[in-house]
Amino acid sequence: MFEIGGKTLKSRLFVGTGKLPDYSLIEKMYYEAGVEVFAVAVRRIGPNTKHTKNVLEYIPKDAIIMVNTSGAQDHKEAVKIAMIGRELTNSNWVKVEIEKDTKYLFPDSIETLKACEILVKEGFKVFPYIYPDLNLAKELEQIGVEAVMPLGSPIGTNKGIGCEVLLKPIINEIKIPVIIDAGIGRPSHAAKAMEMGADAVLINTAITTSSDPVKMALAFSKAVEAGRLAFEVGLLKEYEYAQASSPLEDFITG
Amino acid sequence: MTEFIRKAEKVWEEFKDYVPTYDEVCEILEKEVVNIEDAAKLLNVEDKNSILLMASKAKKLTRENFGKVILLYAPLYISNYCQNGCVYCGFSCRKNYKREKLEFNEIENELRAMKEEGIDSVIILTGEDRIHSPVDYIEQACKIAANYMSEVSIEVYPLLEEEYRSLASAGVVGITIYQETYQKEDYKKLHPFGPKKDFEFRFKAVERALSAGFHEACVGPLLGLSHPKKDVLCTLLHAEYLLDRFPKAEISVSFPRVRSAGTDFVPKFSVSDKEFIKFLIVARLYLPRVGIVISTREDARLRDALIDVCITKMSAGSKTTVGGYVAQEEEKDAQFEVEDRRSVAEVVDSIIKKGLRPEFTNWVRGVGSL
Repeated sequence: MFEIGGKTLKSRLFVGTGKLPDYSLIEKMYYEAGVEVFAVAVRRIGPNTKHTKNVLEYIPKDAIIMVNTSGAQDHKEAVKIAMIGRELTNSNWVKVEIEKDTKYLFPDSIETLKACEILVKEGFKVFPYIYPDLNLAKELEQIGVEAVMPLGSPIGTNKGIGCEVLLKPIINEIKIPVIIDAGIGRPSHAAKAMEMGADAVLINTAITTSSDPVKMALAFSKAVEAGRLAFEVGLLKEYEYAQASSPLEDFITG
Repeated sequence: MTEFIRKAEKVWEEFKDYVPTYDEVCEILEKEVVNIEDAAKLLNVEDKNSILLMASKAKKLTRENFGKVILLYAPLYISNYCQNGCVYCGFSCRKNYKREKLEFNEIENELRAMKEEGIDSVIILTGEDRIHSPVDYIEQACKIAANYMSEVSIEVYPLLEEEYRSLASAGVVGITIYQETYQKEDYKKLHPFGPKKDFEFRFKAVERALSAGFHEACVGPLLGLSHPKKDVLCTLLHAEYLLDRFPKAEISVSFPRVRSAGTDFVPKFSVSDKEFIKFLIVARLYLPRVGIVISTREDARLRDALIDVCITKMSAGSKTTVGGYVAQEEEKDAQFEVEDRRSVAEVVDSIIKKGLRPEFTNWVRGVGSL
C-alpha cells in the first residue's frame, strides 16, 4: 500500500493506454494484473463513432485515470488540455507532458514548470513528466506537485534506466514520490527502478505493444513488486572480493 | 531550401549502383540511426530475405513509435474544376469531364453520409481553379466540415500564407500536398500549362501552411512520373527538413503510384509492388517517427499487409468523385480509380483482425492549439 495524490494504492505499476491494440484490455489489466492507474491522452478521447467507442468507456470505475497532456507544446496548451481532460474524465490527476519536438519527444522543462504552477493552483493533482533534473524536481516539489516523473531513457526506446546517475540524486533528495516514466522496456528494468528506490513506474510501449499486453502487465507488476520488496529490505552491497561471513574480530585482537 | 534536392541528387549519383549484401543490410539495420547514404543503398536491395529483414525492423520501429494503432480518414472532393494541364490527371482541364462543384448544403450531405459510415477525419479536395473554387469557398466548406468531423485537412492548390492563416482559424489542421516530382525538368514537362507550372510556389506551400498555424503536413511524390528512387530520397529529405524547421508539426509522407484516370498517359517508370513496399520500409527506417499514409489507390491485400509493417494512417471507404458519398455510384469522372473498394466497416474489421486498433480521431477538437 502506498499513498499518492490523495489515494491509497496497492499497485506501483501505472500503465499508458494510447498504443493499445484494443481498449478492452484495460479492464483485464485492472483485474488480472492489478493495475490501478491508467494514463489517457486527452487528445485521443474522441467521440464515439460507428465503429469505435471512447476510451473512457473501457476504464473500470474504481481505477484512476491520469489525464495526459501529451501533444501540448507549451504551458498554455497543457493547462487547456488538463482542464478539458478533467471535464471529460472527472479525474483531477494530470500528467503534465509538454514536448516541443515530434522527433525525440523530450519534455520541455521551462514550460512544464509554468504549467505545473498554474495547475497546482487550479486544484489538480499534478504529475510532471521531466528530465532527470534535480533542480527542476526540487522546484516542482516546492510548488506542490504530487510526484515527479523523470524519464529513465528517451520515450519509446525500451532502453531501461539509461539515466541512473541522474535519477539517484532525485530519489535521494526528493520527499514526494518519484515515478520513473519512459524508456523502461523490460520487467527487469522496472525491477531495477524499484530497487533504486523509485516509488512507482509508468509503462506504455513495453506493455501495450507486446504480443500479450495483459500477461506483460502481470510480468511488470511482479517485477515492480519484487524490486520494491528488495528496496524495503535493503540490498546488499556489491564487492569485488569475498567477504568473511562470521564475526571473527573478537578473536583476532592485536 | 531546395538544397535537399541537390543533396538527394548527389547521394543518388554516389550510390545508384550500390547493392548492399545481406550482411551489409544487417549492419545498417543494427545502427542506431540510418543515414541518407544508408537509405540510398537500401533502396537498391533486391534480395527477398534482405527486404524481409528490413521489414521486421520497420515493424518494430512503427510499433515503438506509433503503437498498435491505425488512423483512418476519408477524402471529400468538393470541386473538380481545374485550370491545370497535368498530363497524367483525370481532373486536368483538357478532359471533357463533367465539371461539378458542390453547394454548401451538398457538402453537408456528403459529410453526413461519411459520418454515418464512422469517419471522423476528412481531407477536403479541389482541383486548381481560383474562380470556381476560390479560397472563401474552400474556407466555408472547411467550417462546415469542422462541425461534423474532429479533424479537417485540405488537399487543394497551393495558397498564400495569409490564406492558410484564415483556413487555420476556420479549423483546418493539416495539409497534404504532393510535389508530384522533385525533378524540375520532368515537372516542367508534366505540367505544361496552368498555375501548377510554378514548381517553387507549390514546393513552398507546406512551409507557408505550417508557418500559418497548421500542425500536420503530408508530403510526397506521385511515383512513376519521374525517377522513383530519386523522388523517394527527395521526399525523405523533404520530410526531415520540415521536421527540423517545424519541430512541433506532425509530418507524414505518402508515396502514391500514378494510376490510370481516363487519360492515355503512360508513366515514364512503373513501380512494382516489391519496389513500392521497399520504398515504404526505407521511409520508416530513415524516419522512425514520421507518419506513413496509404490511400485507396492501392488494393486491399497490399494495404492489409502494409499496415502490419509501416503504415500509420489510411483512407477508408473513399469516393473520389464530386458528390460520391451521397450518390454511391461507380466513379466515372474520378481523379483516380479506387482499388480498395471496401466499406469503412470492412477496413475496420481487417485492422482488428491484424491485432491493431482502428482510430478515427487523432486530435480531439478544442484540445491543444486546435
